[in-house]
Amino acid sequence: MLKKEVDLNIHVELTKRILTGFIRSEITRMGFQRAVVGLSGGVDSALSCTLAALALGAENVLAVRMPYRTSSSESLEHAQMVIDQLGVQTLTVEITPMVEPLFERFPEMNAMRRGNVMARQRMIILYDQSAAFNGLVVGTGNKTEILLGYTTLYGDSACALNPIGDLYKTQVRQLARALGVPPVIIEKPPTADLWKGQTDEGELGYTYAEVDKLLYLLVDQRYTPVECVEAGFDEGFVHSVVERVRRNQFKRVLPPIAKLSNRTVGYDFLYLRDWGT
Amino acid sequence: MKLTIALAQMNAQLGVVQANLEKHLALAGEARAQGADLIIFPELSLTGYVLQDLTPTVACRPRADDPVFRPLLEASRQLDLMLGFVEEDTRNRFFISAAYLSAGEVLHVHRKVYLPTYGLFDEGRFFAWGDAVRAFETRFGRMGMLICEDFWHASPPYLLWLDGADVFLFQSASPGRGLTSDDRLETARWVDHINRAYASLFTAFVAHTNRVGYEDGLHFWGGAAVYDPDGRVILQAPYDEETLTLTELDLNQLHRTRARLPMLRDERTALVLREMQRILSNDNRQSGR
Repeated sequence: MLKKEVDLNIHVELTKRILTGFIRSEITRMGFQRAVVGLSGGVDSALSCTLAALALGAENVLAVRMPYRTSSSESLEHAQMVIDQLGVQTLTVEITPMVEPLFERFPEMNAMRRGNVMARQRMIILYDQSAAFNGLVVGTGNKTEILLGYTTLYGDSACALNPIGDLYKTQVRQLARALGVPPVIIEKPPTADLWKGQTDEGELGYTYAEVDKLLYLLVDQRYTPVECVEAGFDEGFVHSVVERVRRNQFKRVLPPIAKLSNRTVGYDFLYLRDWGT
Repeated sequence: MKLTIALAQMNAQLGVVQANLEKHLALAGEARAQGADLIIFPELSLTGYVLQDLTPTVACRPRADDPVFRPLLEASRQLDLMLGFVEEDTRNRFFISAAYLSAGEVLHVHRKVYLPTYGLFDEGRFFAWGDAVRAFETRFGRMGMLICEDFWHASPPYLLWLDGADVFLFQSASPGRGLTSDDRLETARWVDHINRAYASLFTAFVAHTNRVGYEDGLHFWGGAAVYDPDGRVILQAPYDEETLTLTELDLNQLHRTRARLPMLRDERTALVLREMQRILSNDNRQSGR
């Protein structure tokens, strides 16, 4: 059977215009002029940093590198390439001395727990720099990882605004290429770099190119799982993705508040963040 | 007769009526200085769009004793204005409304009849449904006003046409969506298509203005446009930029186009009514509400 062709191509100029406008609008109306971005050396944060620099001017963007002792030197170098190319302000804060005491306190910590601690430590640094630099934290999570929940709650997912959260990884790559992110960053295997040899696609068990097409049909085009199988996707793959999306809904919503009164935050106290601006 | 129309493709502050009012007055003054007879503002131009629980706090009444409408009515002595606001009626229902002001008077108020309550939209939760589609007389002839979702349905423009409107004034606050490899969002393409179709099918003028700016993650795309009775674009404002653009409508084009193409003359309204009655009386569940 012929697999359904899924076209994830986007118009890059249009996307750039909407996203830089979004960053400018949502930062200035909150009373800020500047942005803070955690720069990992991967394509997502390279793209967010590039968009922030285009929107606000490179001098108004602080790119923060936060290596751990096992982080690959390549990650650090790739982040530096982005910094040099954009001319943004920069800071490097090693997280090793901050997270090791906790690892020592709980020596049984597995890779997942350690990875979460590292992601949350980076969040602490970014939010502290947000106050120090007087800029808002610009997020770096793409639509694929948000849907799959491949992210640390209150860690790398924490941000004040996210320009790339409605772009699949495939589209992030396309836009990054068009905006001049170095090809070596776009083409290398994506990794959270929380432990040696970790890759996203190794952990997830499928490639972004493949899962993006499936998610596009399921989410954007509202295909049922059965229709996705009929469109040529492996049944086991479809079910594991559907289940993963469902199981991770908790990472995409604020914690539910138990309703008692007539008016409760989250249910019937409804205002946009941009209220009054 | 000629009508110089100004399309105010503006941003609005969410829930800050006074600031938006001042912007209306400034834009109206600017449009008048450039020779406009009529200025059209976007949907909910006085309040912003995703109002949610702000709705009751930004409502006003289109009357001379209303502090928001008083200066607008004063401005309408210089040029006609069409603007968007939250209307509270005497029974305290809230409507998404459009008002047409001219020579110090409120000539017409249209209450949005289609409130999108699906996908990203939640209008039906906060607003009451308007219940009338009426054309009205102006000093430039008979016109009709519709608000966003109203003209995503074919029937309101059709009713206005039969009610005598030769100039259709459309306003929206359209959140852009549908990113593809095309240089326009699917929403922008769709609105262009249908407005061009209305101008062509009804051999009438269509003027549409849409908001720009952002509300949280929603992006309003602008792209205001005017179409003539031949379905030609006679004004296309840029996307995503706050602009005031003017164009002159040669209303005699109605005469020329309709002499060539008598769609209005030949429209079989009695047949439409007869068939509508048959369709609706047949307990037909296929045709909506």
